[in-house]
Amino acid sequence: MALSLEHLDTITSAVNAKEKAFEKIVRVCCGTGCITSGANRVFESLVKAVDSGGLASRILVKKTGCHGLCERGPIVMLGKDEILYQSVGKRDVAADVDLLLKTVTEGKIADALLFKVAGKKEKFVSPLDIPFYKGQKRIVLSMNGVINPEEIDDYIAHGGYRAPFRAFQMSPEEIIDSVTKSGLRGRGGGGFLTGKKWRSARAARGSLKYVLANGDEGDPGAFMDRSLMEGNPHAIIEGMIIGGYAIGSKQGYIYVRDEYPLAVSRLSKAIDQARSYGMLGQNVFGSGFDFDVEIYRGGGAFVCGESTALMSSLEGKSGEPRDKYVHTVEQGLWDKPTNLNNVETWANVPHIVNNGLGWYTSIGTKQSKGTKIFSLVGKVNNTGLIEVPMGITLREIIFELGGGIRGKRQFKAVQTGGPSGGCIPAQYLDMQVDFDSLTSIGSMMGSGGMIVMDERNCMVDVARYFLRFLTEESCGKCTPCREGTRRMYEIVDRICKGEGKIEDLLHLEELGKALQWGAICGLGQSAPNPVLSTIRYFSDEYKAHIIEGRCPAGVCKEITTFSIVEEKCTGCMRCSAECPMGAIVGEKKEPQKIDDLRCITCGICYDVCPFDAIKIG
Amino acid sequence: MVELSINGKKITAEEGEALLKIALREGFVIPTLCYHELLGSSGRCRLCVVEVHDSGRKRVVASCLYPAKEGIEVFTDSDEVKLVRRTVLELLLARNPSAELIQALAKQHGVTEVRYTPDQDKGKCILCNLCVRCCKDIVGVSALGMSGKGPLKKVGPPFDEPAETCIGCGACVVICPTGHIVMEEEKGVRTVWQKKFELATCPKCKRYHFPLFQLEWISKTRKIPMEELMVCEDCR
Amino acid sequence: MEVDKNKLDEIILKYARDKAHLLAIFQDVQKEYRYLPKEAVKHICMRLGMPQVDGFEVATFYKSLSLKPRGKHTIHVCLGTACHLKGGADVLLSFVRELNVKTGETTADGEFTLESVNCLGACALAPLVRVDDKDFGKTSLTKVRNIISEFTDHH
Repeated sequence: MALSLEHLDTITSAVNAKEKAFEKIVRVCCGTGCITSGANRVFESLVKAVDSGGLASRILVKKTGCHGLCERGPIVMLGKDEILYQSVGKRDVAADVDLLLKTVTEGKIADALLFKVAGKKEKFVSPLDIPFYKGQKRIVLSMNGVINPEEIDDYIAHGGYRAPFRAFQMSPEEIIDSVTKSGLRGRGGGGFLTGKKWRSARAARGSLKYVLANGDEGDPGAFMDRSLMEGNPHAIIEGMIIGGYAIGSKQGYIYVRDEYPLAVSRLSKAIDQARSYGMLGQNVFGSGFDFDVEIYRGGGAFVCGESTALMSSLEGKSGEPRDKYVHTVEQGLWDKPTNLNNVETWANVPHIVNNGLGWYTSIGTKQSKGTKIFSLVGKVNNTGLIEVPMGITLREIIFELGGGIRGKRQFKAVQTGGPSGGCIPAQYLDMQVDFDSLTSIGSMMGSGGMIVMDERNCMVDVARYFLRFLTEESCGKCTPCREGTRRMYEIVDRICKGEGKIEDLLHLEELGKALQWGAICGLGQSAPNPVLSTIRYFSDEYKAHIIEGRCPAGVCKEITTFSIVEEKCTGCMRCSAECPMGAIVGEKKEPQKIDDLRCITCGICYDVCPFDAIKIG
Repeated sequence: MVELSINGKKITAEEGEALLKIALREGFVIPTLCYHELLGSSGRCRLCVVEVHDSGRKRVVASCLYPAKEGIEVFTDSDEVKLVRRTVLELLLARNPSAELIQALAKQHGVTEVRYTPDQDKGKCILCNLCVRCCKDIVGVSALGMSGKGPLKKVGPPFDEPAETCIGCGACVVICPTGHIVMEEEKGVRTVWQKKFELATCPKCKRYHFPLFQLEWISKTRKIPMEELMVCEDCR
Repeated sequence: MEVDKNKLDEIILKYARDKAHLLAIFQDVQKEYRYLPKEAVKHICMRLGMPQVDGFEVATFYKSLSLKPRGKHTIHVCLGTACHLKGGADVLLSFVRELNVKTGETTADGEFTLESVNCLGACALAPLVRVDDKDFGKTSLTKVRNIISEFTDHH
């Protein structure tokens, strides 16, 4: 029998009834980050303790997907937004499990596990009060941390898979119209109007068409898509079913990068479960329409996040892009009309269909509607994933949600858009974050990576880092990118080493322009962005390297030395304790000395010294 | 048929035809490296770039691939085009300092100095991919291919060993624009891509001609008896 | 290196002899042998009716594939942006020093292969190190030794 809404409602009632029977639901985050911190052990121990304590009928222990607060993992949530515990089991699994149980059975809040910001006294009990969560508007991530991503019934019970029923009542043109009017723009970096792309794909000639989900997320520093694919895989499938119907495609592929094995397995399981319910396969949702999805794993090539390279990879070839003089919506995968969207874009679709245009367009700015998931990492106190409405300012993101800069340091720059983006200095902190504003100042939204830097990050080194990355990841097909990225790298490397010349800056701009115009694909075309944006906003730093042979941030090893200021050194020996090379010598309470021959200029001593007694030279 | 303009001159052409072909036919000069009449367009070298104004949008595109469209304006020597060409040639000259063809083209297009440390290990190979396409599409044995990625990308036989399917025909030597691919012949043995081929001796004039292996391959694939093929082309 | 042709054919059949799944076929073979043997690539190309150059191109394009034998354990040090900013390069250098091996190569005793990887997506826990399928977050230079010994004791 074909799937019906009643069927989903029955499942929903059953899940709700089951969960209501428990006194408390304890959700243990089991995303990649928390697993790294030991979440699996916490989950297993907790389940055992609940069983052996005779509490199995009172406490339901659930595994959930990635919350986004990965640095503080393992994260455990009690009840519905009642209590959030961080770093559970990091020091002692048994002890913390005990604390968890006591919270439920005795109402005793475990102070040691509460969220707090380093250096501040305030502790938070409910996640709703934590600034990191308070400032968010979790729509796409709404079910992350709530449902068990390996249980389709859980997704259904929380409202999942209703949108296709609604969509199949509409005509494909009506859906496309709706998505277009919603203003949804590609979340992978291009920011192209999704509805417009769907319209072109629908209009393209041919009956065999494909819909693709880009889960290649290669931008280093970005893990939004990982979290979504691991924590709520059904959201992507649901979106693709609607998109497939709208465009007239029966076959979808989700391309997941090789470095995300958990995402691959969660998506595979989700697809199997969806198939068993008649949501994928033939006559999906009783609509008379066939649609299925297959997963493809990447092979560790960043360039395969580019649409034509991704399609080449799907065809079993190497990931070389091609010129897009003929668009992929007309000739894409196997030369057939293909609609490619990022996984986050797909996950927005069911919400638009369920809640309508009025609701969606009320969020965001004029030209950038809806929310965006960002990975806020680097030198902020609260690092992790945040979903915020477009139009929020950088200052709010970094200083409220992010809790400000770590330690006693100052904000220096925030890098957005990954290797295709640029560095934004303090003067733009009050800028509203949306597609066009970021582009207007020489950066871009990209996939959502937001890397915060302080005065101990060297912007020339950052430019060098991205150029090294792009040189390695260039597919090598076209001359400008293959040769240009490595030559740009060589120039910036020389500058980092104190061998730069003042002509280098103009040279980099010229070479950059040639790549922007001459390269085949986005990788080469945007490769100059990091170096050009840092030259634009941090030219003083470049000049210090070139003219003075000095790295003000103390990062570029060839031109940096660390030395101890004797008058300030109290001999506390914190530096020598942390020095990985044993390069600091001295008696307790006597001024220490750094042995230059052993020193690897890592700067850890400088960062830990409580007395400012180490100087960068 | 569509109407477009190149450097201000109004031209009619087939819709979808590559701008390069149209331009060359009309007498415009556009330099190329990875394009070949028999093998088509690749879009790799980016030397053939031109500036196109299409529906109010300005782009720099590879003319060997960009399709003719109604109303587009093409400029073969704009500042951006010249910058890309100069850059491509300077980069290639740094990569292949000994390649005479690149030296000549670079000089022709205003490259007066190479501001990079020249490579010593790339020979004259500019990765135009003509040899690969020739071996695949014209000869049909696919003995050459690309491997690696980015700065490590190179051309050669699979696994960097003499290719099992290579018939020693030397077509790759002929098609290579820079002369990077070499073929040596000594005492009746031809060596190309490190594979040695015994050359057949013509029964009539007693001179060496094609590799035996190649003749055997032609015999098998085209069903021509070996006795016929053993006679060299001059004597037939 | 002798490859089990039957095993290879099983894998090819699993993917319905579809050339489009070449990368997946190679990855499954690599799981079996801990690397992608040249003979396996040749056999697969023969079975799929594709020239060896195409197989070699794919095998050398994707960083996750290795035509060179790998050690018992593969150490991936993440060099993503967040990891770089938190000293990822120094972590890599530590492994190079401790194991006396260059990045991309295998230790003389065949125990460890050291690779760098451009972002594992666990950026909040930078610097990241992945050994086989186990992740280590916030890898300090002192933790490097612990990680190595954890995998040297278990065989």
